[in-house]
Amino acid sequence: MTTATAEYALLPDERGRFGVYGGRFVPETLIPALDELTLAYAAAQQDPAFQKELDGHLKDYVGRATPLYYAERLSDEYGAKIYLKREDLCHTGAHKINNALGQILLARRMGKPRIIAETGAGQHGVAVATVCARFGVECEVYMGEEDTQRQALNVARMKLLGARVIPVTSGTATLKDATNEAIRDWVTNVRNTHYIIGSVVGPHPYPMIVRDFQSVIGREARVQILEKEGRLPDYVIACVGGGSNAMGIFYPFLNDGAVNLLGVEAAGEGLNSGKHCAPLTAGTLGVLHGSASYLMQDSDGQVAVTHSISAGLDYPGVGPEHAWMKDAGRAKYVSITDNEALEGLQKLAHREGIICALETAHAVAYLEKMRPQLTPETILIINCSGRGDKDMNTVVQSLELT
Amino acid sequence: MSRLSEHFAALRSRNEKALVCFVTAGDPNPDATVALVETLAKAGADCVEIGIPFSDPLADGPSIQASSQRALEQGMTVRKSLEVIRRIRARVPDLPLIPMTYYNPIRHFGLTEYARQAKEAGADGHIVTDLTPEEAEEWKRICIAEGLDTIFLLAPTSTTARIEIVTALSDGFVYCVSRTGVTGLRDDIPAELRDVVTNIKAYTDKPVFVGFGISRPEHVERIVAFADGVVVGTSLVNLIHKERDNPDLLEIVYQYVASLKAATR
Ligand SMILES: Cc1ncc(COP(=O)(O)O)c(C=O)c1O
Repeated sequence: MTTATAEYALLPDERGRFGVYGGRFVPETLIPALDELTLAYAAAQQDPAFQKELDGHLKDYVGRATPLYYAERLSDEYGAKIYLKREDLCHTGAHKINNALGQILLARRMGKPRIIAETGAGQHGVAVATVCARFGVECEVYMGEEDTQRQALNVARMKLLGARVIPVTSGTATLKDATNEAIRDWVTNVRNTHYIIGSVVGPHPYPMIVRDFQSVIGREARVQILEKEGRLPDYVIACVGGGSNAMGIFYPFLNDGAVNLLGVEAAGEGLNSGKHCAPLTAGTLGVLHGSASYLMQDSDGQVAVTHSISAGLDYPGVGPEHAWMKDAGRAKYVSITDNEALEGLQKLAHREGIICALETAHAVAYLEKMRPQLTPETILIINCSGRGDKDMNTVVQSLELT
Repeated sequence: MSRLSEHFAALRSRNEKALVCFVTAGDPNPDATVALVETLAKAGADCVEIGIPFSDPLADGPSIQASSQRALEQGMTVRKSLEVIRRIRARVPDLPLIPMTYYNPIRHFGLTEYARQAKEAGADGHIVTDLTPEEAEEWKRICIAEGLDTIFLLAPTSTTARIEIVTALSDGFVYCVSRTGVTGLRDDIPAELRDVVTNIKAYTDKPVFVGFGISRPEHVERIVAFADGVVVGTSLVNLIHKERDNPDLLEIVYQYVASLKAATR
């Protein structure tokens, strides 16, 4: 595997391809904007001042580096060494701010005075609203109507931060439809607007840019685990919605062939129930929101209706680089049901005093499946992508805690 | 020469501009679509785009989104859309017919098999809204092999480099989007449109048609002063939806389309 892995970090190619995945499947109107973004990003990468500014904000505003926390009582329970990468401790409560911050700096370089975003769980929306407030930029966030209800706390936060939240009622009124609406807005207002996509999805160069901005997670984690354990982990585990927290923590480990990368998708009510959103586990090649990847779709190529208890995973597509890593065998993708995720969430709360997001709970819950193969020497890092405050309504209802 | 190119060359030699109409296959139902397209032809439409519905039409505004949704809820599929086209072709042997859709449904069908069946059903060419020339290499090759045209779009944001690529690769005509945005009704015509079209025409002799936001004869009249034709979609889709239960639906559509066509002469 080591020889093959040397290539991993080189993708995408200049057409935005990860093998057969990725690309740019968008209306013509957007092509010049994507070209502009590609150029602006390349220039920013070459510019030490950009990196310095980004690093400064990541440190003082976001609160990085986030801890790599040894979860002692969870480790006892599973008989292995379990570390949590504490992205839940980032300002705004999830990894999403790493990308939002990078992209707002790019938008400023491009001179775009207006920002739009889509959001599912609301964590990306909150992150974008936050950086827009910080830099004094107009901000509009598209959110599926169903999600505005199940993530009401985050709607209130966005409003308080000065963003306009636009509920989307078309289609299934979740993340997929919010993304459609955001793209329609961008097609219309492309001249003065930058679209901050929230995950490693969308047309090239987005999957690359979002991955790069999120890779700070894996870079830190790699240094931290070497400090604490003197060796690399056996497993890195992350939940996968669009795939940004997973890509962010996986990427710096791609060339470390001995590190097993595990992405956990949402199996909803079960893969056989038809009510899930696990495109890598149960989808087929398709094109949605500008890139080719695995997709949940019906026999006619219509995008399927998805379900997950977690709004941030409730998405029929997935980032093209994950699709490529799956086919290449570099990462493995598995899935966890709603109920299993709820158990994972409680386990982490009881054992470590950490209430994580429902998205994150999918990664935590996978420990249960790994139990038979764990030994006291096994080292695992779980990306604790976000905190759970936003999910209290859902959790209270599901667990009948009231 | 393809049917599209021949048809539009004939129009040009008569000093007439083209009226292209859009309807969604299966909205309100397949039989109605067949009858409607026949009516469009009688009323003077020079070409009809048949929308093959997709669940996530991200270049479309609310009207065509809703129309696609209604068609899908009716059980419309790619296969059934091709069946509608086949029936239309039997009624209007000479009318240029262009299925218009998104990439995923035809990719899922299988590009080669889809193109073969579309040709056999009587399609002349395609517009695939989210497929720009860069991503269309395979599709274009397949269409050439089947004798199908591929129409590509340009927008007010298109750079010179892109105008060169798109005008070189688009068959039959070049579709110029009137403004940055999605399909839908607009009152006005953007001030910059004349310059956008004139600039494109400097790079090609192919006809340049303008679409998005055109609904009234006076829009048509103003645009054909500098473009070779217009595409009317949303207003027709809205009219069909509004009058779907009216026994005079076809007559109403006929009158509307005839009024648009009159503005091209
Ligand atoms: C805390 C948290 N984790 C994970 C996700 C899923 O997104 P991604 O797969 O891009 O990390 C979200 C999305 O909203 C989130 O809020």
